[in-house]
Amino acid sequence: MKFKLSLPLAYAALFALLSFTVDNFFSTVNIVGLLLSVAQIGMVACTMMLCLASRDFDLSVGSTIAFAGVLGAMVLERTGSPAVAVVAALAAGGAIGVANGVLIAWLRVNALIATLATMLMVRGLAFIAAQGQAVGIADEGFIAFGDTRMLGLPLPVWVTAACFLVFGVLLNHTVFGRNTLAVGGNPEAARLAGVRVEGLRLTIFTLQGLVAAMAGLILASRITSGQPNAATGFELDVISACVLGGVSLSGGRAGIVGVLVGVLVMGTVDNVMNLQGVDAFYQYLVRGVILLAAVLLDQWKGDR
Amino acid sequence: MSLRFERVSKRFPGVLALDGVDFEAQPGQVHGLLGENGAGKSTLLKILGGQFRPDEGRLLIDGQEQRFGSARDAIRHGVAVIHQELHSVPSLSVTENLLLGRLPRRFGFVDHRAARRIVTERLADMGVQLDPDARLSSLSIAERQMVEICKALMQDARVIAFDEPTSSLSHRESEALFALVHRLRSQGRTLIYISHRLDELYALCDACTVLRDGKRIAVHPTMADLPRDRLIRDMVGRSLQDIYGYRPRPLGGERLHVSDLAGARLPAGASLSVRSGEVLGLFGLVGAGRSELMRLVCGADRASQGEMRLDGQPLRLTQPRQAIQAGIALCPEDRKEQGLIAPGSVAENINISCRRRDLRARLFLRHRREAERADAFIQRLRIKTPHRRQEVRSLSGGNQQKVILARWLAEAPLKVLVLDEPTRGIDVGAKNEIYQLIFEVAAAGTAVIVVSSELPELLGIADRILVMREGRIAGELPRDQASEQAVLALALPDSDLKA
Repeated sequence: MKFKLSLPLAYAALFALLSFTVDNFFSTVNIVGLLLSVAQIGMVACTMMLCLASRDFDLSVGSTIAFAGVLGAMVLERTGSPAVAVVAALAAGGAIGVANGVLIAWLRVNALIATLATMLMVRGLAFIAAQGQAVGIADEGFIAFGDTRMLGLPLPVWVTAACFLVFGVLLNHTVFGRNTLAVGGNPEAARLAGVRVEGLRLTIFTLQGLVAAMAGLILASRITSGQPNAATGFELDVISACVLGGVSLSGGRAGIVGVLVGVLVMGTVDNVMNLQGVDAFYQYLVRGVILLAAVLLDQWKGDR
Repeated sequence: MSLRFERVSKRFPGVLALDGVDFEAQPGQVHGLLGENGAGKSTLLKILGGQFRPDEGRLLIDGQEQRFGSARDAIRHGVAVIHQELHSVPSLSVTENLLLGRLPRRFGFVDHRAARRIVTERLADMGVQLDPDARLSSLSIAERQMVEICKALMQDARVIAFDEPTSSLSHRESEALFALVHRLRSQGRTLIYISHRLDELYALCDACTVLRDGKRIAVHPTMADLPRDRLIRDMVGRSLQDIYGYRPRPLGGERLHVSDLAGARLPAGASLSVRSGEVLGLFGLVGAGRSELMRLVCGADRASQGEMRLDGQPLRLTQPRQAIQAGIALCPEDRKEQGLIAPGSVAENINISCRRRDLRARLFLRHRREAERADAFIQRLRIKTPHRRQEVRSLSGGNQQKVILARWLAEAPLKVLVLDEPTRGIDVGAKNEIYQLIFEVAAAGTAVIVVSSELPELLGIADRILVMREGRIAGELPRDQASEQAVLALALPDSDLKA
């Protein structure tokens, strides 16, 4: 309960501080840019939160994004229909999620290993399908999606906001959400209390696949191509954002507000480093330090 | 080494766990430490073991004040605490566990032969029969506990404190432990012994101290002629005429009939029948197959053969969910591992199962109704918790058990309630409350099956006792024919009787 308030407050303080100290930070253009830069991470973080909350792990999201983008671009090229492309990409993402779910819930493969394997396989599929090349997108309507603005904000930002709303409600106000936390807290106890543990895991991974595919489509729309090497290392950014937001890797603890703040902190730090012209090589270092500091701080709070 | 706590206090947020407690133990004595859960026994032992530091007061060992900063620190000063939870590494051998952190080395590599020699010698000295090469995971709980005790002895502990060592041991395994404790006493070590089993305390201890609500209530320098009732009164603050409070009830028709049920972990088929309103006790030594049979009955494990009929209707179970929907609920043996959702709140743990039925009509949770239901059960079962949002892991064992009971009482048609070791590690006062709940549930028509290793408990509360031995039903005794001897005669393997 306590961190629910203290995290947003800490972020608000950081935001205010940066607004005064960093030139060009507090401007509409920059804030919109910041939000757009975390749109994909944000939406996938929502489902990753569920995944971590149920004591699972998903490394395959980055590959799924790339594969969905490539597939979407290819289908679009062949059929000329954005609708068919979107359905095909989402179906592929969903199928990857189902495969993860079946491997982990029924075949009892360790989640880290299972999704590491699917991560490699799906990345491979993306390269094979695209024959190692970017697949260009010419469809005006499809490209327009990433650029269109509504009430001043780009559509991808709205999609991410909708994800936070939907998954926040799902986590806190439905049986599904509570059971997710219960399974993460103690899978055996949850099963004995009547929770369908396998079905729940399958649902979470399927949702994760679908949302990752959606993120892949949005990315493809923004960069006007399907790139087989897109979103490498993306899964770690998403998990970092979740952990920054107080989601426990040992399961059973998660909050949507925390995840939102975690995503914003990641985006803000990157944004400020770019504004200040910090060398990209140093950015990795800073992100790692922030992640460690946040986790240590969290543990220290828990110890008391 | 003599041991003395002087006016020791320890405060946790919201609780004064120890309130100026004095405690003394002498070498060559076994000193019993009694009290209900939450009385402060474990806190005292954790201060002794270096896990906590006292807020006030002093700990004196041989007259020297000691302030242990860590468990290592305590061990270095010859103090070892054997906790309920075992701290050994299951994938390593007995030798490796005993020498963990101090394995002998040659040229930087582990000298296995030397290690084995040291351990074999020391085990022989201690009179303990353990295979030095056996992996811990292949040993029984009792043997692992022996390893734990040996670990303390390897480091030449002069003060050894046992926190409920027999709570997961069978009768015979306990006997082996008692023999070791006697031997340690005769070597002049200072021994502190916590147990909820009064029989054990009488058999083992030379003196005892009773704590209640963080205060020292009484010190009895001798256990002979000390009436049980006096001890119980010291512990719970009131006299318990009869902690079981058995009340006969009218029994209804046959509720559950199980015939020839078997599964992977219970290869020989077992049959039983229980009537509506009945309290059926299921006794057996550890490993007799009691929990395995109950897990089959509750759908926790899948049955490979056999039939079940509930109220005359055939029932096939592959998942616990199906059993729950049919009205069969299990309070599992291991509360922490199988019962509680540890990071969850009290309310969450009560509502987890029944919310599915309440919410079938709608997509969203009814938070207010859940809160009301949790509060109602907290009040009805007198669950001691500051709030329904309190984390369940911070509650005492008795209150955690009540939370799990509340989970099943919230289920609407509760036809069969299975309680596996419902009072393990729970103090006398809370036990009494749980027995009363069992009778209340039975009186409402539920068939209750209670599995327990504590024979007096089953003799006290069951209408009928079913005995298992080596994976089979060995026999059945109605209440008026059930005596300790009769039940044990059925439960003990033949070899034990001869020995």
